[in-house]
Formats: sequence, structure tokens, C-alpha cells
Amino acid sequence: MNDSRSPRDRVGRVVRDLPRSGIRDFFELVAARDNVISLGVGEPDFATPWRVREATIFALEHGATSYSSNLGLPQLRRAISSYVKRRTGVEYDPKTEILVTVGVSEALDLAMRALLEPGDEALYHEPSYVSYNPVIRLAGGTPVAVETGSEHGFRVTRARLEECTGERTRLLLLNYPNNPTGAALEPADVAEIAAFARERDLLVLSDEIYGELTYDRDHCSLISQPGMKERTVYLHGMSKAWSMTGYRLGFACAPAELIEAMMKIHQYTMLCAPTPSQKGAIEALENGDEDVESMRAEYRRRRNVMHSRFEAMGLPCMRPDGAFYMMPWIGDTGMTSKEFAVRLLEEKDVAVVPGTAFGECGEGYVRCCFAASMDHIRAALERIEAFLASEKVSQ
Amino acid sequence: MATMDELLRLLQENALETPENLAQMLDTNEEDVRQRIADYEQRGIIRGYQAVIDEDRLDVDVVTAVIEVKITPQREHGFNEIAERISRFPEVQSLFLMSGAFDLLLFVTGRTLHEVALFVSDKLATIEGINSTATHFMLKTYKQNGVLMHSEDEYERLQVSP
Repeated sequence: MNDSRSPRDRVGRVVRDLPRSGIRDFFELVAARDNVISLGVGEPDFATPWRVREATIFALEHGATSYSSNLGLPQLRRAISSYVKRRTGVEYDPKTEILVTVGVSEALDLAMRALLEPGDEALYHEPSYVSYNPVIRLAGGTPVAVETGSEHGFRVTRARLEECTGERTRLLLLNYPNNPTGAALEPADVAEIAAFARERDLLVLSDEIYGELTYDRDHCSLISQPGMKERTVYLHGMSKAWSMTGYRLGFACAPAELIEAMMKIHQYTMLCAPTPSQKGAIEALENGDEDVESMRAEYRRRRNVMHSRFEAMGLPCMRPDGAFYMMPWIGDTGMTSKEFAVRLLEEKDVAVVPGTAFGECGEGYVRCCFAASMDHIRAALERIEAFLASEKVSQ
Repeated sequence: MATMDELLRLLQENALETPENLAQMLDTNEEDVRQRIADYEQRGIIRGYQAVIDEDRLDVDVVTAVIEVKITPQREHGFNEIAERISRFPEVQSLFLMSGAFDLLLFVTGRTLHEVALFVSDKLATIEGINSTATHFMLKTYKQNGVLMHSEDEYERLQVSP
């Protein structure tokens, strides 16, 4: 039988309607050029701390190459439980309340798929990490963007949440410290959001993967708030603070019933996280505090350098409290975010990410990552300054 | 417990960093950085500035020996008098008082094995109070003062990512 449907028509509707990431086109432009200094990579430039690599190698040498339990190695779940308690004061049962996943991205996807019914609305704040909106859609939910702006330091407010919450709102997704703005919540914000979630009976997915990377005050976790452990899926992973991006190791902590639901999907899809990576993660969580501290100290220095240079060259910029991103305002140049990024790339070989890749309210901003080396940051800033100067001359 | 000033750590990593760069990294001003450095120098906390050199890559003759020394401590002076006396030899680059099977650990350099051997036999071993020496010649340096003498392979990274 001759089937006339094109391959495109065979793709499911939800996926077909999903736009490509705003970064994707830009990525191809960058890849076509040599000698680019990139502030566009949301990844630490450090190799994984040696103690973690060594533990992983040791695990491989001793044959730790088989599947683990679907939930993850018991020793790792115990290490996660101790770590989370140490950082937040909240205790999760390693037997039933912790799930080890393939990166925090998988944990996020599992939570969305396990918790959303078709038509349920999920709130998330913009500018945001590029996956949030699509992951909600892929789970059958309806994403509702809560815009945040520089006037409140890109922190979500109760007033904006109130405006965006409706009858079908089931879930609130938070990411603080934040990619791409570097915003971190203050204790008063966390208390306010927690009160809102309790009053509206919302489930909260709190992506705290940058929780170790705060610079001016300690991270304030949502699960530490009264009554929040019961309604929160706490998401975290090893990629950022321990510089373990390629290990693909994340975890979720939540009430047993929610973990059980997420685990059902996980066991039929991923089955389990890579065992050698889990062995490395145990070492990182148990003995990696000093490595994290030294990387955090270096990020702090890079943040200070990048921020003071942006201010000096006339690009207003919120000084980030966390993560390793900042978003200077380039709106006064008369260029759109995309124009700015493309011209900076073509004329000065510096890659930054247009703010619109993270939502429409990112227009007028570009995201710069300060996880690049200090030498690269200084060289990129020189070029950006020269770019702005040439732009002024030509005007 | 007090922690080391971040300025000292940065200078330990790279003493050539300019006050302007240091000020930016530490979120302060150049004058503050200059003053703190001057204060550390005056108090003898910063005792010098040196480059970490991979001598294996240099086309010069340098031999380094690590020497374990057992000594008899002296009344009223303990180990200090002999240790301070040994530390004045220009051949001695570093000297530590140790716990364990021997008392002093020396790092000694010379142009040839013979030169180091002569230093040990003629100058070091003949000092009154020194009971024995054990000399180990260093063959290759992999790490010195916290600095790796080899580089990690460059791994190709993405130029742009979420």
C-alpha cells in the first residue's frame, strides 16, 4: 500500500509544533567560525575535580559496570540524604524519597510527566532555562510564563504569581539561583512564595542545581520552609557545582508517593543512571566540599571582573547573586538581542547568547557566562568594549 | 578558624597579577590592594616572589637531592642551632624539621651529582651533631608548589550551550 504521508506528518503533533531552541540557530553560526571566544557555554570550564575522576576510574577498574537499582545506588542515596540535610536541614529517606536520574534534566522531565494531567497549567518564570516550556508541553501541560524583570532583580514576586494563577494551575516550577539571569531568592522571597504555594495548594518543582553557587549570601532552599517538604520536588544535580556535566547525574527528593510515580517512568525509559557516574558522585558529595569552594571562589572573582567591566563600558547589568551568568542590558545600543549577538560574533568573534532564547522578556539583554577562564573573559570583554566603541563611531 | 586572605591566595597562584586586576577580582580598589600588599611585605608575611620553573624543560644542568638527616639535639637549643646553620648553605633550597624516622629534610641543588655528593660528604656530614644522612636524587618533577608540570589534554567543548 502506498502511504502518502510525509515523514514530517508522521511526527507527533506536540513535537511537530515545538519550536527549535532559540540557541540552536545561533549555535550553528558560531560553529562555522574559528577563533571564537565563547561566553555562551553554560558549563564550568574546570575539569571534574580529580578526586571524583579518580573514584570513577577506580569504580570502573573494579568492575562497577552493571545496572544499579532503579532508584540509584543505596550508598549514593544515603550520601544525597546526608548532603541535603547538611545544606537545608531537611531529611529525606534514602530508601523511598530519593531518585537518582540521568542529569537534573531527566528528573525535571519525570516530574512533569508524572504530575501533570493534560490541560493542567504549570507556572514557570521567564527569562528561564530553555527546556522548561517545552518539557511542560511534552508532558501534556500548558506552560504559563510568569515574567520577571530587572526592577525586582529577576526574582519572581507573589503579585506576579497571583496574576498568572488560574483554576487549572497545578504546579509551579522555580529555578533559583537562576539560569540565565544569575538571580537568587532572598529569604523573604522564599517565605512569600512558600506561603503562596501552600494557600493555592500548588505542587512546586524547585530546580536548585545552582544552589551551591551563591556569592554574597547562603542559598535559601524552598524545602526549608514550613510545610514545603510535603509539596515540593527538590531537583539537583552534579553538573554545575561539581563540574560533572558529562557524568549526567542528577537527583530528585520528594515525598515517597511522588518519587514512586517518577520512578515508574524512569524504570521504563532510562532504567537507571550510569553506575560509574554514581560512584563518582558519592565521592563528590562526601569529600568534595573544598573543590566546590575553590571553584566558587574563582567564579566570584570572575563575576566581579565581568560585572565591573560591563558597568564601566556603559552596559547596565544586575550583579548576579548566584549561578554563573549575567545579562547586561544592550537595549540602549539600538540593536535587538539577536542583532547584537550576531554582529558581535561576526565582527569580533565573541559568542554571547541573545536574551530572547530564554523568553520574549529577555529582549534587550544578552546572556554572558562567567564560567569561562579569566583569560577568555578578559579577552572577550576587550572585544566587546571595542565593538561598542566602533558602534558609537559609526553612529 | 581564620582563613587566609583571598588576596594572598591570588598572589600565591600568580604574583604577577596587576593591582588593577586583583582589585577587580576582589571587588575593591587598587589603592586597597597596594596597601594590603605593602602591609604583608612589611610584616614579613610575604617573604618573596618566585616563578615556579619546570627545570626538566630547561637546557641547563640542575640536580636536586632530597636528604634525610638524623641529628643529636643540643642542650638549650634542641634542633634549632644545627638546622639554622645548615639552612645558610646556598646549596640548601628548603629545610624542614620532621617527625618520624629522621629529623631534618633538606632539598639541595647542584649542577652535577658530583657537586651534590661533595656537599653532602664534605660539608653536611661533617657538622658536629649530625649522625647520618640518606640522599635521594630527584629524577623528574610532576608537581611543585601545587603547580602541575604537565598539562591535561585539551578536550573540545561546545561553543554555545543552554
